[in-house]
This record gives sequence, C-alpha cells and structure tokens, in this order.
Amino acid sequence: MISITEALLNEIREHGVRDYPYECCGLLLGRFRAEGKSVTETYAISNAREESAKRNRFLIEPAELMRGERYARERDLEVVGFYHSHPDSPAVPSQYDLEHAWPTYSYIIVSTTADRAGDLFSWEQEPDRSQFNPEEILKIL
Amino acid sequence: MPVTITIPAPLRQFAGGQSQITVEAKTAGEALDLLTSTHSALRRHLFNEQNALRNFVNVYLNDEDIRHASGPATPLKDGDTIMIVPSIAGGAVIESEVAQTLPELSNEEILRYSRHLIMPEVGMQGQRRLKAASVLMVGTGGLGAPVGMYLAAAGVGRIGIVDFDVVEESNLQRQIIHGTKDLGRRKIESARDRLRDINPHIEIETHETRLTSQNAMQLFRNYDVVVDGTDNFPTRYLVNDACVLSGKPNVYGSIFRFEGQASVFWAEKGACYRCLYPEPPPPGLVPSCAEGGVLGVLPGIVGAIQANETIKIILGAEGLMINRLLLFDAWTMKFREFKLRKDPKCPVCGEQPTITALIDYEEFCGMAAHQAPQPDARLEEISATELNARRLRGDKLQIIDVREPHEFEIARIPGTKLIPLGHVVSRMNEIDPESETIVHCKGGVRSAKAIQALKRAGFPGRLINLKGGITAWSEDVDPRVAKY
Repeated sequence: MISITEALLNEIREHGVRDYPYECCGLLLGRFRAEGKSVTETYAISNAREESAKRNRFLIEPAELMRGERYARERDLEVVGFYHSHPDSPAVPSQYDLEHAWPTYSYIIVSTTADRAGDLFSWEQEPDRSQFNPEEILKIL
Repeated sequence: MPVTITIPAPLRQFAGGQSQITVEAKTAGEALDLLTSTHSALRRHLFNEQNALRNFVNVYLNDEDIRHASGPATPLKDGDTIMIVPSIAGGAVIESEVAQTLPELSNEEILRYSRHLIMPEVGMQGQRRLKAASVLMVGTGGLGAPVGMYLAAAGVGRIGIVDFDVVEESNLQRQIIHGTKDLGRRKIESARDRLRDINPHIEIETHETRLTSQNAMQLFRNYDVVVDGTDNFPTRYLVNDACVLSGKPNVYGSIFRFEGQASVFWAEKGACYRCLYPEPPPPGLVPSCAEGGVLGVLPGIVGAIQANETIKIILGAEGLMINRLLLFDAWTMKFREFKLRKDPKCPVCGEQPTITALIDYEEFCGMAAHQAPQPDARLEEISATELNARRLRGDKLQIIDVREPHEFEIARIPGTKLIPLGHVVSRMNEIDPESETIVHCKGGVRSAKAIQALKRAGFPGRLINLKGGITAWSEDVDPRVAKY
C-alpha cells in the first residue's frame, strides 16, 4: 500500500500532461513504514531519453537519481518509488517496465493524452521480478 | 579508512535491513567486497558471473560514477560516501502489450530477417508485428506483383490475393510475379507459387473472384491493410468505399503510360480517394493501360512504394503518405508531391456521409459521366470472319485503321489505310463516301468513337465498325498478324 495526497497525485497528472506526447518521470519521496509507503513529496526528473524514444521510453540518469536520493536524505526522506506517464496508452506496466524495475519500490503510472490525464495506478514488482502487482493507493488529504 | 555505503531500498532486505553500512577500505572495490562478504546475498544483485558490476547497478563515490574514475580501483578517502544507485527506466505499454500476443520468430526466421532486425526501427518487435499482420492485395497485375513479392519477402504473416484473370503473354512485360511457364494459368495460383517460393514462412490466401460490392466487406474484414492494385475506376471506388466503411487503410497506386500515383487513403487519419476525386471521369476519357500502354518498370516503382507504405503502416512508422499524393513521371524521372485535405463534404468519409453501404460501382462510373458517348444503337458492326469472307468474295470495301502509327508498325491488316483517331475528321476527305467503309482499331472502342465523330461531322457514307478490332482479326482470321 502507498499513501499519498490528492495534491501530489495531481502534480503527477499535471507533469504527465505537460510533457505529452513524451513520457514524463519523477521520484516519489517519503518513508518506508511497516504498513506501507507514504509519499510526502514528488521530485520531477527530466526524461533523459533521446528525442525519438521519449514517446514510449523514459530513463532516469543515475546521476539524477543520486541527486534525488541526496535531496531526500537532506530532508530525512527516501526514494520510495517512481512515477512515469504512458502517453495514449493504458496505465499498466509494460514488459519493458518489468525488465527495468526493482522490487520494493512503488511504480505509479499515469495514462495521458494531449489535454488530460486518465487512469493512474500504482504497481509493485514481485520480489522474484516475475510480474507487477497492483498496489493499493491510499489517498490522504 | 572508514567510508559509508548507502544501500537503496530494494536491496536493503539483502543487507540486514540497513540503509547505511560503514566499512574500512582503501578502494571502492575493496569496500564493495567487504560489504558483500558480510552480506553475501547482496553480491549476486550487484555483480554478474564475471564479477563485474551489473549494468543496471551504478556505484557512486561522492558525486562520481566509479566507472568514470578508476572503477573498483578508485581510491577512498576518510569520510567518503559510496552510494549504490539502481538504474531506473521504463516505457509505455504500446509495444509490450502487443508483444505478449505477437508470434515468436524461429531461428530460421531470425536469420532470414536479420537485415530488418538490426535496425531499431524494425527490430524483433517490428518483425513480429509484420509476422502478425495481414494484407489483402486487390489484383496481382503490374502493381500487385512487386507489392506481393516485397511483402512476402519482408515477412508479412498473411497475404490475401484477389484476382480472377489468367496469365497472358502481354502481362509478362511488367507483371513480374508471373513467368513464361505460367502462361494460361490462373493468376492467383501463379502468384501464390511465386510468393511461396520467396518465403515459405508466410501464409497465402487466394480468392479467385472479382471484387464486388457483395463480397468486398466480407473480404476486407479479415485483413489489417488493403493494397489497391486495380486498373479500373469502378473497382478503385469500390476498394476506397469498402476501406472507409470497414476502417482499413487503403494503400493506393495507379499507373498509366509513364506516370504513376501513390498515396495512403485512411479515412480515420486523413483524406480518402473520394476526397481527391469525388467522381470518376467519363468512361473512355482516361484510357486503360491496355489502350494507352504502360512502361513495364513503372508499376515496379509505384508498387514498391505501395509495399513500402504498407510495411510502415504495420510497423507503426511515422511519415506515412497520408494526405499526400505522390506523382511520378518515369520519362522525366521526376517525383512531385501534393498535399491532400480531407473533404468535410466527402460523400463517404465526410461529416454527413451519404454513402453508408457499398453501391453499384459500374453504374456509378457510367452514370456519373454525363458527357459520355452513349452506346449508339445504330452503330453497324461486322465480325472479323465476316469481313474476311466479304473481302474474299471481292466486295468493294475500304478499311480505315484509326490506331496510332506506332501501333500500325506493330501489326496491321493488309490493304488498310491509316488515319489516327485524332485526325479522322480533318482527313475525312481521304475516305471515299461511295464505298462501304470498315473502321477498325485494336479492340473496337476507338473505331466506334471515330465512326461517331465522322457521323457528327456529316460524313455521308456507310460506316461499319470491326468488332474486336485487329485483335479479333488475329484470333479469328490471320494468326500471322501479331497481337499486342
């Protein structure tokens, strides 16, 4: 389970629509707790993919991730997951997502079109990397 | 030297749940060795069998990737921080969802398509898409020949061919899917054999039928893309309308003499054929290739363009010829391109379509032509055998050949006078009105027009059309006269 405020979810949606037709991506910063993850901040990242591949690929440069990790640590937070958009396609993980993901983290995916964000789901990878499982989003005020 | 190693969340379970571990080491490599000797489960996540860092794991010493420093030998200072940073990437479902249902390629196929596979624009995914795709070719003539051969070679998984003709000698100058050994065979059979020879990994479906308003929707339903290789207006409008009504892309090509056209008509994304040509030309105004001729290589070029666009549609490529009409002149070797626009008033793909089901296209192409010469009931005709018999009897006849001089050079009926159709009125005085006049051309169409023109111009004599033209003469009277 991941808990997150509606305001932060809206930030993710807006980022997705802003970057359409490309994929947007960013970090979810917060804390790992016994009952699940809680997100307190999002951290937008520039999609490092070359122009032509941005439409259906995103890549977070390790250097940028490291900066995000450091930023989080300064605030006593951690990277608890990532978000990205799927322009014109459903908010479900692709095979490519599965191959490039890590267990433990949350993966929030938002489906986007030119003018609006559609479905938004969170996913968590099975520890043996075999598949993604839907993760419950607990919306908080 | 004591340094701190930070462990990312996914790997903490292999490090006793700790997020930071302090070790004493002189190099980055030594620090990681120490870490993984204490927490052995961590090792296989960080290093591969060759003992190198996995490529989705990055190790940062302070702000620098150790790969950019001296790798594991990078020296450490007191108080340094080592961060293990996982690579994070992902991507939309566009490819993957499809990927799960796409057919696999065998090793033989991988080898066969290797020149495709090594291009990222195609790749395994694209090649599997080609394998999953189906294309219906209407016609296996000049255009259908290269279309079919290239699509088969490219590995399009299922190709349907519609044709009802047989292979004739005069086809072989351009219809390279058929060979001399195929003369007299059904075109679909000859084409099927050739395509199978090119690629045994694909499925070929033959439909020996004329495409009609009754069967078109049924046929189109089973294919992803339709390629128009027809040579006449009724079928071209039929292909267009059936594509619009069934939502299929129509890869269009047409050829005449030295000029070709190509486009992709896809109503969901742009103009259709009717947006470009709302009505057919009057019958007879635009001659067919059989009448006007065609450079053999022209359909090769235009058909290859159609095959190219078909493959791009399947691959989901950008830069399709939607809303673009390509004109090609083989004689001057020039390509020109025109922008097309979807017509909001288009009767079939516009905002308020009036055509919502297939119509009678023969009628549409005949009726729409108001200035078309109506078949003249008073047109007097004679068959080739009858004409021969009358000549043998010694009847007083003059025969006027209204074909072009270069056709006259190919073959002629002995004892005839050549006056090309375009000059027949201005040279009317060369025709003796006192004697009966037989007018002939290649197949009987132009000679009928010549008779009409002469009558309209007030020619007083008796004019008789030779049915079937010189072709009938060659078939029924004198096989020494070449057919062309």
